[in-house]
Amino acid sequence: MIDTPTRVQPDGAVASAPGAVPTPRAASPRRRANRRRLGLAGVRLAVVVALLAAWQLCVNAKIVDPFFWGEPRGVWADLQDWVTVGTSQGSLGDQILVTLEEAVLGFVIGSILGIVFGIALGRIHLLSEIFAPFLKAANSIPRIILGSIFTVAFGFGIQSKVVLAVVLVFFGVFFNAFQGAREVDRNLIANARLLGASRWRVTRDVVLPSAFTWILASLHISFGFALIGALVGEILGANQGLGLLIRSSQNNFDMNGVLAGMVLVAVIALTAESLITLLERRLLRWRPPQTHGGAAIE
Amino acid sequence: MAAIELRNVTKKFATADGGTYTAIEDLSLTVEDGQFCAVVGPTGCGKSTTLTLVSGLERPSRGEALVHGEPVRGIDTGTGFVFQQDAVFPWRTVLDNVAAGPLYRGRSRAEAAALARDWLRRVGLSGFEDRYPHQLSGGMRKRVALAQSLINQPRILLMDEPFSALDVQTRAIMSTELLHLWDQTRPAVVFVTHDLEEAIALADKVVVLTAGPGTVKAEFEIDLPRPRVVQEIRLDPRFTRLYGEIWEALRAEVAEAYARTTRVAGVAS
Repeated sequence: MIDTPTRVQPDGAVASAPGAVPTPRAASPRRRANRRRLGLAGVRLAVVVALLAAWQLCVNAKIVDPFFWGEPRGVWADLQDWVTVGTSQGSLGDQILVTLEEAVLGFVIGSILGIVFGIALGRIHLLSEIFAPFLKAANSIPRIILGSIFTVAFGFGIQSKVVLAVVLVFFGVFFNAFQGAREVDRNLIANARLLGASRWRVTRDVVLPSAFTWILASLHISFGFALIGALVGEILGANQGLGLLIRSSQNNFDMNGVLAGMVLVAVIALTAESLITLLERRLLRWRPPQTHGGAAIE
Repeated sequence: MAAIELRNVTKKFATADGGTYTAIEDLSLTVEDGQFCAVVGPTGCGKSTTLTLVSGLERPSRGEALVHGEPVRGIDTGTGFVFQQDAVFPWRTVLDNVAAGPLYRGRSRAEAAALARDWLRRVGLSGFEDRYPHQLSGGMRKRVALAQSLINQPRILLMDEPFSALDVQTRAIMSTELLHLWDQTRPAVVFVTHDLEEAIALADKVVVLTAGPGTVKAEFEIDLPRPRVVQEIRLDPRFTRLYGEIWEALRAEVAEAYARTTRVAGVAS
């Protein structure tokens, strides 16, 4: 496992060399950018490899106790085992799918609710005057505790996790949508109204697209919250899922299993993040290129 | 009946520290149908406020704003407004921006698009239908704003320093094109500017406002022949004479406004 990446690294260096050697001055900007990207990826990989190697070496030298802290080799072995043999709760694919389903459902429902309420309160002053204190109060309590209630109320199935994920996602999206709806350029609203737009059309055609830069910024963080909701829900009580897998590894004092679960969650989170970035690029196509990338404040 | 009439209007705004700020005071102004009226005055004299009162974006604190004899109550969609800053929708393509008005007024998508194409041709933006505003130059964005407004064939067109962000050459070209477009539908125009040359070159009537709170100091009829080419009319001896006369009225107000801001700055520093 440790050998493989070190072999890749020189490959990367070799692949970039031919472009540079024959015509060193005429290398096109794109080629140079590509080479730079490859170089960066190589360096990053080297950092990961170095850290993992250091960890493993410390374990081998008996500086770090793998009973408490796990070891890379053991994590890898657990992952291999889960993929080839399956977990104690059934196939690994099923566990991932369950957690993913909970997180995605919670994310989608929570985001939609957050956007709808955020825009509504941002647009209708009276509503925000009535409800803003409640929402602020609700936001200040540690909502993760609600997971315990949901587990009892909705049972060990998928609902309790989805509800927890919704609650976690909602507030982040809500506050950004609310802020976004209030920060809309007044000239744009005035212009739309003078062009004949009804209040609803102003909301749909001006406020929503304008607030989307804010909303999208919150979506990046929100999928992480949804995943936390699903996992914590599973740890609190479930029949299936990655959270349960982590929980049962903990119960067996198998720290490598806990870490292996963490690695899987990280892979899911990173994949989701890149999908959201794609969505963002698509939705914010109208923006000048240098401001792409989810900056909430300009 | 006058297209636009402001009768002794006063507009006060609440300030952050709890006081009131009087933007315009006892201002009366009449613009006839098809007349091009330019309003000039020093910075902060309430030029833009007069436009918000006519458009219905704001209500007068005292006095009355009338459009075609009717008091203005809320936003009137028979009024076109071209803003100082960009107010085209950045998330819509050029075509969708221009088609917005007809769509909001109940035209079908196809009709609105056809109409928008026609107006884009008139403002010289054919071929840019699918661009987003950020991909255009400042002058081109102004053309989009003009088309967006004129496509609704407003009887009243209000323009708030529309060309102030453009460079001098583009500005002259856009002014000439504005006159050309205006000539096609002849709405009554109120054109707010701080540039006296621009005002004289464009308008039938130039109104000079006093330093804030703004009220009408003097009105001047501009009898230069039409059609005009803005870039050349400045060389006309009559233009120079008018400029001299109006500047005489404007100078004291500009000096007063300048003295006030510098005094404020002096106290602040």
